[in-house]
Amino acid sequence: MKRVFVTVGTTSFDDLIERVTSPEAVQELKARGYQHLVLQVGQGSILPDSDSCHELTLEAFRFKDSIAENIKCADLVISHAGAGSCLETLGADKPLLVVVNDKLMDNHQLELARQLHQDSHLLYCTPSTLTETLKTMDLAVLSSFLPGQPKHFANFLDRALGVQ
Amino acid sequence: MAVLLGLFTGLCFTVICVIVRLLIVIRSGSKCKPGEKGPVCVLIVAGSGGHTTEILRLMESLSQSYSPRHYIIADTDKMSEDKIRTFENSKKDTGSKGQFTIQRIPRSREVRQSWSSSVISTLNALLYAVPLVFRLRPDMVLCNGPGTCVPLCAAGLLLGLLGLKRVLLVYVESICRVESLSLSGKILYHISDYFFVQWSTLKDKYPKSIYLGRIV
Repeated sequence: MKRVFVTVGTTSFDDLIERVTSPEAVQELKARGYQHLVLQVGQGSILPDSDSCHELTLEAFRFKDSIAENIKCADLVISHAGAGSCLETLGADKPLLVVVNDKLMDNHQLELARQLHQDSHLLYCTPSTLTETLKTMDLAVLSSFLPGQPKHFANFLDRALGVQ
Repeated sequence: MAVLLGLFTGLCFTVICVIVRLLIVIRSGSKCKPGEKGPVCVLIVAGSGGHTTEILRLMESLSQSYSPRHYIIADTDKMSEDKIRTFENSKKDTGSKGQFTIQRIPRSREVRQSWSSSVISTLNALLYAVPLVFRLRPDMVLCNGPGTCVPLCAAGLLLGLLGLKRVLLVYVESICRVESLSLSGKILYHISDYFFVQWSTLKDKYPKSIYLGRIV
């Protein structure tokens, strides 16, 4: 059963939740073979009922100690532009569609999402272009995100500090 | 009149001496090699959320020569303590020696806090940071961006200024910073001994930084 996991981290992002549960977006998800939609809504004011959607099985919650399991079970992750959510998803090697909250001012989180998009690690849209993106997106163009190398940091520091 | 002039000259002279001393201390970083004498005592600044995750990934890579490890968290941070304890307990399981402590100081600045009140809360944090750093006497301060790191680094610098101990300041800018430095980064860029960035655009903009690719 193909699953989509939507996450907004610790923020509230009603626009995304509204758009992704709209009939048009649900139609596009169904057309791509997704059958299960899980929503992590954070501090948002919209928490959909599990029986509010007839086309897909829906599950919604606010927070969990860890969303690692949800990410692991997902075939597609739709996330806000938060670094933690992006890096956790990319670390699990899952296809990622980032929805940018264009109502946030001074959104420095965009820097990372933009760079990762340029490097073809994720796709990128806004709430108003979500349905269109779901229709036309090609997840095959995404390339794997290699993990960072803290060993390089350790080696550098050991040499610099004279650690034996 | 002469007294005033004398006082003014004295003040100028003192300021010049402090500045010269500051420059001497800041430039002496590369000669400071605490690892040659034994274990390196580290003061680790753990900010909230992603900051803590990133700093623990860095700590994971460091050998047991970095001990004791003093983690400093902001008093309003609830989640970092759990993450740190989990991390340190997993180190114990792998037979790694070394002790750690967790200390709290007042938060310097909440996200989106105004400039004027940030100055006051940072000065307040400094009042805690100075005695803490003077007591712990770390060889090195490791931080990655939360406001909490500014007063702690300032306290480390003060220890060096007073000739009590040369504390190395190691700053690793968050992976989220691709095109611009964080506020802490902009402040600490000029006084850090080792300033790491994780994207090449920043290395171009800040030539004194160290770029080793993504390290978290």
